[in-house]
Amino acid sequence: MTTEIKGKVFCFGDDIDTGQIIPGSYVVLTDPYELASHVFEDVAPEFRSQVEQGDIIVAGKNFGTGSSREHAPKAIKYAGISAVIAKSFSRIFYRNAINIGLLAIVLPEADKISKADRLTILLEQGKIRNHTKGEEYNFALPPQIMLDIFNAGGIIPYTLNVLKTRC
Amino acid sequence: MGLNLTQKMFANKLEHDVWPGEIYYLEPDLVMTHDHQGPMTIREFESMGDIKVWNPAKIIFVMDHRTPSQTLTSVENHQKLRKFAKKHDITRFYDVGEGICHDLVAEHADVKPGMIFIATDSHTVTAGALGLFATGIGSSEMASLFATGKVWLKVPETIKVVLKGNLQKGVMGKDVALYLLKILKTGGADYKAMEFGGDGIASLDMADRMSLCNMCLEMGAKNAIFPVDEVTVQFYREKGLEITPLFPDGDAPYERVIEVDLDRLEPLVALPFSPDNVFAVSQLDKEYPLNQSIIGTCTGARYEDLKIAAEILKGRTVHKGTRMLIVPATRAAWLRAAREGLLEIFVSAGAMVNVPCCGPCGAYGMGVLAEDESSITTGSRNFVARMGAPGALIYLSNSATAAASAVAGKIVDPRNYL
Repeated sequence: MTTEIKGKVFCFGDDIDTGQIIPGSYVVLTDPYELASHVFEDVAPEFRSQVEQGDIIVAGKNFGTGSSREHAPKAIKYAGISAVIAKSFSRIFYRNAINIGLLAIVLPEADKISKADRLTILLEQGKIRNHTKGEEYNFALPPQIMLDIFNAGGIIPYTLNVLKTRC
Repeated sequence: MGLNLTQKMFANKLEHDVWPGEIYYLEPDLVMTHDHQGPMTIREFESMGDIKVWNPAKIIFVMDHRTPSQTLTSVENHQKLRKFAKKHDITRFYDVGEGICHDLVAEHADVKPGMIFIATDSHTVTAGALGLFATGIGSSEMASLFATGKVWLKVPETIKVVLKGNLQKGVMGKDVALYLLKILKTGGADYKAMEFGGDGIASLDMADRMSLCNMCLEMGAKNAIFPVDEVTVQFYREKGLEITPLFPDGDAPYERVIEVDLDRLEPLVALPFSPDNVFAVSQLDKEYPLNQSIIGTCTGARYEDLKIAAEILKGRTVHKGTRMLIVPATRAAWLRAAREGLLEIFVSAGAMVNVPCCGPCGAYGMGVLAEDESSITTGSRNFVARMGAPGALIYLSNSATAAASAVAGKIVDPRNYL
C-alpha cells in the first residue's frame, strides 16, 4: 500500500495546545465541519480562509498539549489539512489524530520546513520530500497497530472490521 | 530484574512480566467519560450501528464540565448522555452537581489500587495517586472501547521521583508538581510514566498526591503513580475497605531518577503562558496585581484546599477590586466545608462559593477573564485564552497562595498569612 500526501505548508510554533486549536467554548459541538469553521479562531483567525484541501501543518514541540478533546484533530482535518508534522506531539493528541484518520508525523528536524513549502509525504517509506527546498527528510513510522488503524481510515472503521470478524 | 509500579499494573492484569516498549491489548477495569467528551463518544459509538456496550457495569458517566446547565447545547448534551446511559443500562452516573469526575471516582472508591482505568480526559492521570494505572484517551477510542472492551497500550518507560524530607506549612503537592515542571518542562515526560517514592511521600496526604499526579499530565506523562502505602491504606479504610500495600521491586528499571528535597521546597507559581514558567513566590521580580483568585478545578479544590484557604481568609477580607471564586470539587467536600463553617468564612471574607463543577478551569461558564485581566488559580493550565480573552494572564499556584493573594490583591507568599 502506498500513501502519498501532497500539500503546502502552514507553520506553527511550540506548545500549541488543543484550546488554541479549538477553543473550549466549542467543545459542546460534535459536528466536525462546524468545529472546523472555528479552527485556530483565537490565535490564527486567518488560517481558515487560507487553507486548501490537502495542506499540511508543520509545528514545533509538544503539538496538541492540554485537553484530550479529539475536537482538535477533527477541526484540523475537516478544515482540509491532510497531515500534521511536528517536532513532537502530546500523547493524547497524537493518538487522537491517528484514531480519526489525520496523519501525524514526528519529525525532529521540522524547523527545516518553511511556510508555503510544497511537500510530498510518502508514508510507507517514512520519507518527506520538500519540493520547494529540494530536501528530503526521513521519519520513524509509528507502531504497526497505529498504521493499521490509520490505514483503515481511523479507529471507528477499524473497530467495525474487528466486530465483523467476531461475528 | 524487578518491576516498577506501572509494570506491575500491566503484569497484574496479564499474569506475566512486561517490559517498557511492549504493546498489549487489555480490558480495563473501569472506563469513564463526561459531558465534554461524552457527546462525541456517543456520536462515534452510534455511527457503528445499533450495537451494545461491552459491559455497562464498567462504565462511569459524570456531568461536570458544563454544569449546572449553562447553555441550551450543554443541557441537550446532558440529556443525550442520560438517554444513552438508560438505553445501555449504565447506572454509574454522577449527575449535575455531584462534582468533578477525578475527585468523585476517588471519593466513592470507584477506582482501587491495581486497576487499569481509562477515561476521556487528560487529567485521568490524577487517579494514579491511589496506586493504579490511569490514563486518558479521546472520544473515538472510547467509542471503540465501549464496543470491544479492549484498548491497546504500550508499557511506558518510567521516570522515578524520589521525595525526601517533609512538606512544610503553606507548601503543597501542587508545588512539587510545579517544581518538576520547572525541571522537566511541558512535554518532558511525553509517553512516560512518573512514579513517586522515597520517605518524603509520607508527608503528602491524598489531596497533595492527587494534585501532583494531576499535573504530571502537563509534563506529558502517560500516567503518574504512587505506591500503595499507609496513607493509601488509611484513605480506603475510612471508606470501609481494606487494601494491600504495594511497592515497586528494589531493582526495578527507571529511565531517570529525580530527587526533590521537600524541606527546601517553597510555594511556587507558574506565570503566563505555560505551566513550566515557574518561579518561587518569594523571589518574584515585581508585583503581580490580580483581578481574580480561584480555588477550584480537579487540581486544587479538595477539602484540604478549602481548609487551608479558610485558615488564611478567617478574619480577613478579599482585596477590593479582586474577585474570589471558590468552587469545591465535590458535593461531599462542599458539605464538609459547610458543616465546619468554612463556607461562612469564605462568604464573610467577600468570596463567592459555587456549585461543584470544573467551572473556571477552561472558562466553563464562570470566572471568565477579559483582555488585560489577570487571575491566580489552583488549576493546571495557563495557556493563551484558556480562561477567556487571549491576552488575559493566568497564574498557577497552590490553594494557600491563591487565598493569601486574594487578600493582598497581588501574588504573595502564603507563609506570611499562616
